[in-house]
Amino acid sequence: MHGSVKNHALSIYIGVACVVLMMPIVIVLILAVGDQTYMRFPPEAFSLRWFATFFGDPRWQRALGSSVLIAAIACVIATVFGFFAAYAFVRGDMRGKKLLLAFMLLPIIIPHVITAIAMYFMSGPLRLVGNVFWIGLCHATIALPIVLLILLSTLQGVDVNLERAALSLGSSRFGVFTKVVVPLAFPGILSAGLFSFLASFDELIISLFLAGVRSETLPVRIWNSLHLQVEPVIAAVSAFLIAVTGLVLLLDALVRYMRTARLASPNGGH
Amino acid sequence: MKRTPRLNDGTVFVVPAVLLLVLVFVGPLVWFFMRTLISVGTPAEIAAHAWGVISSKAVVTALTTTNWISLLVTLLVLAIGYPVAYFLATRQGWRFTLVLFCIVVPYFTSVIVRTYSWMVLLGRNGLVNQLLLHLGVTDEPLSLLYTKTGVLVGMVYVLLPYMVLTLFAAMKAIDPTLMRAARGLGAGSFYAFTRVYLPLSIHGVISGSLIVYILSIGFFITPALMGGPADVMIAMLIERAVEINFDWASAAVMSLLLLVATLVLYSIYYRLTDVRRMMGA
Repeated sequence: MHGSVKNHALSIYIGVACVVLMMPIVIVLILAVGDQTYMRFPPEAFSLRWFATFFGDPRWQRALGSSVLIAAIACVIATVFGFFAAYAFVRGDMRGKKLLLAFMLLPIIIPHVITAIAMYFMSGPLRLVGNVFWIGLCHATIALPIVLLILLSTLQGVDVNLERAALSLGSSRFGVFTKVVVPLAFPGILSAGLFSFLASFDELIISLFLAGVRSETLPVRIWNSLHLQVEPVIAAVSAFLIAVTGLVLLLDALVRYMRTARLASPNGGH
Repeated sequence: MKRTPRLNDGTVFVVPAVLLLVLVFVGPLVWFFMRTLISVGTPAEIAAHAWGVISSKAVVTALTTTNWISLLVTLLVLAIGYPVAYFLATRQGWRFTLVLFCIVVPYFTSVIVRTYSWMVLLGRNGLVNQLLLHLGVTDEPLSLLYTKTGVLVGMVYVLLPYMVLTLFAAMKAIDPTLMRAARGLGAGSFYAFTRVYLPLSIHGVISGSLIVYILSIGFFITPALMGGPADVMIAMLIERAVEINFDWASAAVMSLLLLVATLVLYSIYYRLTDVRRMMGA
């Protein structure tokens, strides 16, 4: 009896916690379809006008374009470099492995304000402020730790004997990579790509310093708006960012599901 | 001719990533600190300047505020997150999935979006004030936004998932039969919890608190948008020194201070935990 009362209390607490955790997300989604011209909840009428504003305004379109391009660059660089690094950590025989990994995770530990200012300090004289490729490269350093953490656990699940077998059967080192390691680690690589894209897409502080006027990203434009005067279109833009997060999580869940389905099928999925 | 295929020479594959970090991450940091501090003058002048910055009223106040807010945030996140992590570690099926969903969705949502939402919620006519008025807790709307309360709410919300996921990873390793054994041997549920479960999860408590504290002291977006004039944290002061005063030398001194504090805490974290499990990965 006593225990069940306690379990009820815990369940109620968890219920309340879940509502509070999801509330800010839900509020933004509702505000985005509201017809109001100032920050007010709940909206009195509903319309998609702010989405029309967001997708119709060339300045917002440019910001969306910059965000996607920067995130794509960061995602490709971080995923490729991160994959090779994770492989080295799992298969390599180096000393000080743990310390090196701790070093490579630093970009998510060191306050982004410091990193951003240091990058900005260097970007000025090199005329790199506003350069989309440079911002993507800078974002790649932030995304790299995420890729590493995901792929380390993926590659630990790849049986080293399969690589040995391929090598002793005459496969080249390159062949081992493309025919054995990459296919086996592919779900993890996809997840790493998705989350590194998201890390860059949502990044604010580095973009704030490096974007200049030319390459403002969506988070930078939201920041500017929140600082000056909150435009109602911000709710629609925020809802769009939430939708991107939702899409990434959904695709990741799909990738995981496909992997378990493949492992579970009796013929190994062939 | 016969030799075992050697696979233990993968070390070289780490080079591109290390190069990327050295050139785009460490390089700019070193260059920034060197150039700005050298431009101040001789080592004695640098030391005098650094002391001047660190002992200035604005920086002392910001450091006190930063530590105080970070401490409160860490304790709040721990208190709120512990039962949630416990629930996750002891449940399966749809309950587990639902709670994990409610943690993971905010976790991967942009910080700026989450902060914006709390600005709407905590505003004078926001949902929280409407609720408080409706319940009769208060007669007139409370000032929640642009106060320390606002900063705390926003930061706790952003950092809670880090704590829950770290604690969950630690709790998953606890053998559930130990609690049953303690109960079976006559321990009350409170006694069994404090003497068995809590000590076994203390490792997660320490690493979760460390990671939340580390992230708190460098926090920028949420306090900058939700704080009042009295809630200036050190990261905000650094940004202002660069953006408003173009005072690179002072920004460098403050950044160095924050960087050293972060690295010291991170090295403790490194000693205590497996960095591969960072953020509950």
